[in-house]
Amino acid sequence: MDSSVNLWPLLGVAVVVAGFLLRANPVLVAVAACGVTGAAAAMPFVALLESLGNAFVKTRNLPLILLLPVAAIGLLERFGLRDRAQAVIAGVKSATAGRLLIVYLFARESTAAMGLTSLGGHPNMVRPLVAPMAEAAAEAQYGALPDRLRHRIRAMSAATDNVGLFFGEDIFVAFGAIVLMHTILQAEGIEVNPLHIAMWGIPTAISAFVIHAWNLRRLDAQLRRELGTRTETAKVAA
Amino acid sequence: MTLTIDHLYIVIGLLLGAVGVMNLLDRSNPRRYTTALFWGLYATLYLAGERIEPAWIGALMIAMALLAGFGGVRAGKPVPLSDDARRASAARLGNRLFIPALLLPLVTVIGATVLKDVHIGGLPLLDPAHLTLASLGVGALVALLSACWLTRATPLQGVREARRLIDAMGWAVVLPHVLAVLGLLFSEAGVGKAVAHLTTSYIGLDLRFVAVAVFCLGMALFTVVMGNGFAAFPVMAGGVGIPVLVGVYGANPAVMAAIGMFSAYCGTLMTPMAANFNIVPAALLELPDKNAVIRAQIPTALPLLVANIFLLYFLMNL
Repeated sequence: MDSSVNLWPLLGVAVVVAGFLLRANPVLVAVAACGVTGAAAAMPFVALLESLGNAFVKTRNLPLILLLPVAAIGLLERFGLRDRAQAVIAGVKSATAGRLLIVYLFARESTAAMGLTSLGGHPNMVRPLVAPMAEAAAEAQYGALPDRLRHRIRAMSAATDNVGLFFGEDIFVAFGAIVLMHTILQAEGIEVNPLHIAMWGIPTAISAFVIHAWNLRRLDAQLRRELGTRTETAKVAA
Repeated sequence: MTLTIDHLYIVIGLLLGAVGVMNLLDRSNPRRYTTALFWGLYATLYLAGERIEPAWIGALMIAMALLAGFGGVRAGKPVPLSDDARRASAARLGNRLFIPALLLPLVTVIGATVLKDVHIGGLPLLDPAHLTLASLGVGALVALLSACWLTRATPLQGVREARRLIDAMGWAVVLPHVLAVLGLLFSEAGVGKAVAHLTTSYIGLDLRFVAVAVFCLGMALFTVVMGNGFAAFPVMAGGVGIPVLVGVYGANPAVMAAIGMFSAYCGTLMTPMAANFNIVPAALLELPDKNAVIRAQIPTALPLLVANIFLLYFLMNL
């Protein structure tokens, strides 16, 4: 075994796994893992604090994408944005939660592939528009939803945004991941055209669309199976 | 005058400070002092982070984690419009409600594409190093002002609504940030090297299919641990992709890289470490199960990972 590789820092990974399995507070787990990793790498306490502090300042840009839109979105919600989004979808007779999310998946993945990644996102699209619309489509079909299925539709809405974003953006040639791959290959003395990296992502991007769309159809099937018997009562009530 | 990321830090610092003060004054919050302290500390990081000794910032982060970990960060009960008033407002404003909501992404895209070359007095209008975030800042401001104009509400009401959403997410707001710190510490301490060492020393790579599978699964697994495909890629490409797949089996490096990175993304779909994609949305959508989004993504991530192994196996020597 190669003695130059120190395996002790892996203890930090073990803390993360254990923490998530024990369902401890994730912020606390992350900071505990920082402490264990630093100790395992034999960092002095003050050096560890400095290292954490520098990293905390350096990564301040991360929460901006979440925090910048909340004032506008919150205000629109107060004055009925989600109600309006639901009313619009309830008027479309052929809409189902799954079909609506497949359309969103296609829109999200294809715009991300053109580099327009900021057209979606959880705070500005999923919470105020996509999730309420998917819920409204299911309600228009089946009447009031039990909480369990309502939560499942919301989770699938968030999942759809993620899948569309991840597997779309990586076939856009100017995206950071392509730049990163190109740089790393170059450092190893391998010259590739970034356009080819983007192009070879297309088969996976198509597979991602097909697999996730199939899962969204399964969502419709699940709703039909569990709520289908209530369709008639909903129609009578309406 | 350039809109830089430092201006956005000040805006966010002031917003977080306001969230702290509003919680401090809110008797309906069962933990108003510790909640206010938590958001106050976070506001300090944005308003004065670069002027404080790094060791103190490290201590500040640990204090925030302790406040969050022992239930000190809670939400107040703000007074919303009544259901009837809100529905009446939705009916009155109709589809015009969508205008500010759509202006936000639209202005962001325009900023990142059209305004990026605009210079005023020889200085760029938007910070070229942080173009997307600067554009998002402009988009958020335009959306807030147009929402105020449409609803006749004051920007202060916008701050109150921002507090409502930030309160609803609670400590989940800082989780991606803290995990990014952990990721940087992991690479500083050599966790990547240790994992690459384990994968390459104990697994036989002399079968082409096994090598491909180890590469793809390793990408996903490493991303599950680190929460970020960008951290996994250099390790697995350097450990298996370049020496074994390209070096021994003559794989096309572009195919190896593209499908390798997508295998890492399958890992991103399955890990609570990618908190901004998986945990924050669960909080944002008010789901009781914080892992609900991950559960919804596993039936897509696992078949896609298998598809990647076969795609790489069959495409890499074309």
